[in-house]
Amino acid sequence: MADLGNPLEQFEIRRLIPIEVGHVDVSFTNSSVFMVVIVVLVTALLLIGASPRAMVPGRLQSIAELCYEFIANMVKENAGTAGMQYFPFIFTLFMFILFANLLGLIPFSFTVTSHIIVTFAMALTVFIGVTLIGVAKHGFRFLSLFVPQGVPFLMLPLLVPIEIFSYCFRPISLSLRLFANMMAGHTMLKVFAAFVVALGVLAGWAPLAFIVALTGLEIGIAMLQAYVFTILACLYLNDSLHLHH
Amino acid sequence: MDPQAAKLIGAGLATIALSGVGIGIGNIFGSFVAAGVRNPAAAPRMFGNVLLGFALTEAVALYALVIALLILFVF
Repeated sequence: MADLGNPLEQFEIRRLIPIEVGHVDVSFTNSSVFMVVIVVLVTALLLIGASPRAMVPGRLQSIAELCYEFIANMVKENAGTAGMQYFPFIFTLFMFILFANLLGLIPFSFTVTSHIIVTFAMALTVFIGVTLIGVAKHGFRFLSLFVPQGVPFLMLPLLVPIEIFSYCFRPISLSLRLFANMMAGHTMLKVFAAFVVALGVLAGWAPLAFIVALTGLEIGIAMLQAYVFTILACLYLNDSLHLHH
Repeated sequence: MDPQAAKLIGAGLATIALSGVGIGIGNIFGSFVAAGVRNPAAAPRMFGNVLLGFALTEAVALYALVIALLILFVF
């Protein structure tokens, strides 16, 4: 049987420009290349899209306006007017994750969000940010987030630790959801691609048709996961800004 | 018992979680369809929540996957 390759090889980090600061490895890797590409693409979409400023938007301006409006509505609806202050962060989060997920579907490219450290960095930023915002706004009253309304006093020693644990589980679940979706999807694509090569010309069209359908599903999942990450960030922000009201 | 055999059995047992996830996802979309047939005008407004619920439930399936991979390759 021919060498089927390793479906996990696509996730390897390769140092392109080795840089070391003291004992810390800050090399420019293939992951960094794609992060730069994402930033350039998003900036170009928004700058070039917004520059015509026509009252009746053309195609690119329409796309840029749709992206803005989609996230603006999401933030306003889920985090209220107080949450609009954090709109640039939420917008950046959404566009970065969306482009990262979609760019990974190009053959021979690298999916930035398929590494737990990348998604965990983003989720931890959201978690720490949201906690700090809540503490800065409410002070000690922030702890009332862990005491649901209308609970009998005797149940509190059981309920409050559970609430605190589920609050601290948020960055883990947020990062794990995105990471596992991206890693599992791309690994599955690679495994079926190995089948196509192994089955050759005669029967290779069957897994190939499956890969086509799977890639379509992966595009849908890429967009869905970006949406879910962002809307959960908005909901956590809402919890912090407005406690339970 | 041979640790490698135990790992394989553990990873297999972890996939039992997928049954719950299947029921959950079917429940979400079943409720959406049933409610959409009753009130077609409100259906597009609720679709965002449907997708959110689906992604949250799917995440539990992926937690099970991560546990299976942890058992197989980390311990």
